Amino acid sequence: MTDLDLIVIGAGPAGASAALEAHRLGLRCLLVDEAPSAGGQVWRAPPRGFVRRKADVDARAGDRLRAALAASGVRVAFEHPVWLITDGFRIEAVGPAGPVTWRTPAIVAATGASERVVPFPGWTEPGVIGLAGATILLKAQQVLAGERALVAGCGPLLPAVAAGVLKAGGAIEAIVDLASRRDWLAVLPAMLTRPDLLGRGLGWLAQLCRAGVTVHYRHALRRIVRTEGGLRATIALVDDSGAFVSGAGSREFEVDWVAVGHGLVPGTDITRLLGAEHRYEHDRGGWIAIRDEFGRTSVKGLLVAGDGGGIRGAAAAVEEGRLAGLAVAYDQGRLDDAAFARAARPIRRRMRRAAHFGAASARLMALRPGQVGTIPQETLVCRCEDVTRAEVERAIAAGADELNQLKAWTRCGMGPCQGRMCGETAAALVAAVSGSRAAAGFWTGRAPLRPVPLDVLLGDYAYADMPLPRAAPL
Amino acid sequence: MSVPGGDRPVDAAVVGAGLMGASVALFLARAGMRVALIDRGGICRSASGVNAGTLTLHMTRAALIPYAMRGFEMWADASAWLGHDLGVTRTDGLCCAFTKDEAALLEERTRVRAAAGAPMELVSPARARAIEPGLGEGVRLATFCPIDGFASAYLTGLAYRQALVAAGVQVLEHRPVDGAEPAGTGFRMRGQGFDIRAARVVLAGGVWLEPMLRWFGIDLPVKVLVNQLAVTERLAPVLRTVLTVASGLLSLKQFSNGTVLVGGGWQGRGDRGHATGTLLPENLLGNLRLAAFALPALRDGRLVRAWLGLEAETADAMPAIGPVPGTPGAYVIGSVHSGYTSGPYMGRLLADLILGRTPERPLFPIDRLLAAARGPATEVAAQ
Repeated sequence: MTDLDLIVIGAGPAGASAALEAHRLGLRCLLVDEAPSAGGQVWRAPPRGFVRRKADVDARAGDRLRAALAASGVRVAFEHPVWLITDGFRIEAVGPAGPVTWRTPAIVAATGASERVVPFPGWTEPGVIGLAGATILLKAQQVLAGERALVAGCGPLLPAVAAGVLKAGGAIEAIVDLASRRDWLAVLPAMLTRPDLLGRGLGWLAQLCRAGVTVHYRHALRRIVRTEGGLRATIALVDDSGAFVSGAGSREFEVDWVAVGHGLVPGTDITRLLGAEHRYEHDRGGWIAIRDEFGRTSVKGLLVAGDGGGIRGAAAAVEEGRLAGLAVAYDQGRLDDAAFARAARPIRRRMRRAAHFGAASARLMALRPGQVGTIPQETLVCRCEDVTRAEVERAIAAGADELNQLKAWTRCGMGPCQGRMCGETAAALVAAVSGSRAAAGFWTGRAPLRPVPLDVLLGDYAYADMPLPRAAPL
Repeated sequence: MSVPGGDRPVDAAVVGAGLMGASVALFLARAGMRVALIDRGGICRSASGVNAGTLTLHMTRAALIPYAMRGFEMWADASAWLGHDLGVTRTDGLCCAFTKDEAALLEERTRVRAAAGAPMELVSPARARAIEPGLGEGVRLATFCPIDGFASAYLTGLAYRQALVAAGVQVLEHRPVDGAEPAGTGFRMRGQGFDIRAARVVLAGGVWLEPMLRWFGIDLPVKVLVNQLAVTERLAPVLRTVLTVASGLLSLKQFSNGTVLVGGGWQGRGDRGHATGTLLPENLLGNLRLAAFALPALRDGRLVRAWLGLEAETADAMPAIGPVPGTPGAYVIGSVHSGYTSGPYMGRLLADLILGRTPERPLFPIDRLLAAARGPATEVAAQ
């Protein structure tokens, strides 16, 4: 495909909206995703052949989006993980039929977020899964990882997952929330700007209340150990910063599985790879590409929409996607100044309202200053490469004063997850010495964006087919 | 924070904290000099930290074989002289030819390298497969060398930094040097947050040697090679040797953690102004296809990371090591093919020269390159 005006990477709320908008304005647009269908994580579709018992708000939103895409005629390439983008742009992906190459003058990166889990002893035990990971199980296959669950961490995913578990027939032993009741009350005014979303959250709380689920505010998981019958989770009281208050509020739960998550981190793989300028914004989840209101980054033709540009939630992502699609159409001369301004105005208004709500959620999910300090020295920080906190600290003491030197000296972040799981923790540990997250830096963007099976990538070839460069000098 | 440098001048300021600069700094400090080692980034974070870590003679220029062999000994013996293990794996080296032309190339290269002192011998495909059972079909001829091995380049800086600090070297990282100007009998070097006076200056800036030499009015073209590298996820043991090809376009090794590193100097796009550069997909694919041809088991793995490293090359592809002509007290070191292997030794040789000792082997003064560059211009003028 060489006749493209735009490639949108990521078919969640932001990406699909960007593609729909751009297509509506006459751009030849391709929407790419590694998943088998559109919806992203929040509006995830069930796998082929699965039928939902009852569709909730997100499921209905996803179905509407997928129907709109099908009706629009937007070209799509699902099950195509993008692994390399070079400037210009040239995009390499691997699909079910092998490697593909696309060229495009514009990209909207709408790759969403990944989950932050601050390590604690036992966090790598089977049966301990991410809070966002749990939502995938609930949304896609509607399965539970066991009977009795403990739901821990912070942010709106806590009641969402807990209510989802109840609905799916599971039992919640308790909810363990880093935030206090006062933290929740503090964000209430902002949440009132979207009564629909707030109402949904209150609905979850009512369900949990009816089921007699206890919420332990200002508590965190201290450790999880495997027992014969399942998992034993110990929780304890924390202070405002997320650090444990010595020995206080300790309680144990016998459960089958634990969902734990400490917020979302914007996915900046593409903007880092292409060398866009970034800044650290704690309340939006971490490092984000610097962009204008339409999503344009410092790299010409590269736009970002949705949570990948800073955590703001699905409602804001839809509007950000529309704005990005509109901006690409405008930048490519498909509409004049007046039409652009006219079209942008209502979208920007809706975006600001949704962003207000999203910002409140993001604040609840932001990393607290004392959280990383609670990690015991012998606990794994990087689960791919088995790097403990003590090893990270030793490298820092030996002079690793920014994240990439730390990566080199410990292999933290070099495994198949490419630093997505450990990056936040490692950076916070470096920042404690280098002074700030800005000084600690971020992982240099590297290809492949996802590990690529070499067999698929290389294909069949003969020795004579290989264009060998000139031999090195003797 | 106080300004590093202060009033007291150092005996030597080394600009560039890669393997070359760090080695020179270490040996000067060990000999009693007050030394500052300055880098715009972290220690061994450019070429010295991102190269393939190959300690092979199969890819070494013939004239540099004796240097590389001494360098290899130093790598293997690092805990004795550096005080820290550089994590070297010693293993066999195997260099393959897949076509008739490559076989001829391999024969010639093996003959010349063996004459230069490398303990190499040509072996049959059957023998090659006995040495490396994972070898792919289609090998026509191979060269075996018992001196080979590799290190993890990304750990070089960790070992060196500890040794440097222990030797009393002032290590100044993340400090770009704006320039060096004459001051009294020495030099003054300034940058953000530091102001250093030094009796001597050593330029060890890798691909940045060209702009650094201009501080002293020297115009020495230094070509920038943009080498692509790639690594797989952890695999079961599939490779025991360092595997190379006659053309020098492939290096393969498997680390003890199971990852297989693919190198060979396939070019990406970039320059000395841009730290990370851009991968060229067709060259990455070519490099990986050659790798999987030599070692078919690679196909079972996944590519987990690819990156670029900048390598410096002079006009004659030989090193630039010696005094800076016209500026007493200034020295240059860099542009060494297989410089990772010979780096510690080259650093020691230059340190010996600076310390007034006679280096064990000849250095590579840049006068030859400057004369060659001037040559044609002079002819034109004469006409």
